Amino acid sequence: MSLKRMTSQELAHKVINGDRLFILDVRNTDEFDHWRIEGKGIEIINEPYFNLLEGVDHLAKSLPKDEPILTVCAKGGSSEFIGEQLVDAGFEQIYSLEGGMKAWSEHLEPVKIASFDHGGALYQFVRLGKGCLSYMLVSDGQAAVIDATRMIDVYQDFAKKRSLTIKYIFDTHLHADHISGGRALAEAIGASATYYLPPKDAEEVTYSYEPLVEGHNVVVGQSKINVQPIYSPGHTIGSTSFVIDDKYLLTGDILFVESIGRPDLAGKAEAWVADLRETLYNTYQQLSKELIVCPAHFSHMSEMDGTGAVKATLGELFKKNEGLQVHDEETFRKMVTENLPPQPNAYMDIRQVNMGKHKPNIEQQREMEMGPNRCAVHYKLRRME
Amino acid sequence: MMEAAKVLDAKGLACPMPVVRTKKAMDELHSGEVLEVHVTDKGAMNDMPAWAKASGHELIEQTEDGAVQKFWIKKN
Repeated sequence: MSLKRMTSQELAHKVINGDRLFILDVRNTDEFDHWRIEGKGIEIINEPYFNLLEGVDHLAKSLPKDEPILTVCAKGGSSEFIGEQLVDAGFEQIYSLEGGMKAWSEHLEPVKIASFDHGGALYQFVRLGKGCLSYMLVSDGQAAVIDATRMIDVYQDFAKKRSLTIKYIFDTHLHADHISGGRALAEAIGASATYYLPPKDAEEVTYSYEPLVEGHNVVVGQSKINVQPIYSPGHTIGSTSFVIDDKYLLTGDILFVESIGRPDLAGKAEAWVADLRETLYNTYQQLSKELIVCPAHFSHMSEMDGTGAVKATLGELFKKNEGLQVHDEETFRKMVTENLPPQPNAYMDIRQVNMGKHKPNIEQQREMEMGPNRCAVHYKLRRME
Repeated sequence: MMEAAKVLDAKGLACPMPVVRTKKAMDELHSGEVLEVHVTDKGAMNDMPAWAKASGHELIEQTEDGAVQKFWIKKN
């Protein structure tokens, strides 16, 4: 028997399918507590690799004998090292996650969430490791990308395979939890692509962009799939949602399936509470309840359906999402400004990068993005991760 | 600064090797002696203090010199 390898893509399929998988995470316990692989079928334990240098005997009794075990670490070196020891100890189905949590954090899984009557489709790119959701709208050889991650090759390869030209690139807001790939994607494509950003979020940016404002609809492809921006501040002052083809509502970081956006990541929680309330309880309330909400994040695997998609109708969210049930304004204010969960890793620096003020190398970018997105406020006692 | 009985250069090594080498070097020291370790791997920088704590050794000092992290660990 020898050690086998598992790719992030293979792991993503298991997570989405809800397949049973036993994981031994050998990173140090602080990192494990902060952020780990989750899924309906996942059973995971943590034992740092440096506690196993003398041998794996004391751990062996905690491990299943008759099913595959996936070892995981930060970059894939230590999980291989421990995996080899488990193979030597007689375990027969040992896998090591290639590239570790670094690769897992960067994996994007495209899930088709809509086919339009008159042609075209909407894809949700699920970043399982970090809970980020980006989108590609496809129609008639044209594509629009919304809230692109920095892994821009994924969108380019996807478009190339389907002979699509990416024409429009949108960021719903200036992101604080991950480095946007929007501008880089536009630069890589060249003059045929336009990068849009809400002007109120772009006051300090160092690059040129097309202002994303209400009233300026964009049409993708000959079949005219309409993309309508709706000003919806609260997570940031510029946050803008999209209604696509009168059926889908892309909410950015304002409204999620089980939670709502937090107003504090630009340091202005108190100032933006009223905007957040107005957007959720008035602007969204006036939209059709049939709209299917497609958010930019998820925090819990329970927000994902059996196909890997994260979405729900607006009507359903107005009934079930706890962040939309708070009728008293003062209670709402307290909920979104007090006792908030920790901010995302390096969120101040990430904002600077997204403004173009700071240009870290790829290793530094990875480091900044470590951990969960933490863009949501969960009501009551819900844990963030 | 306490005089190190041995200096381990683990620069350029990736996880798990910096900790593996540190453990090996530590095994050859006597109780109370200090090992100085130089590391560049980001992951190892976080793991070194956790390893020292888990194995009962004392991390006396940690300094940063550009990309190089230096640890002084006293053997239990």
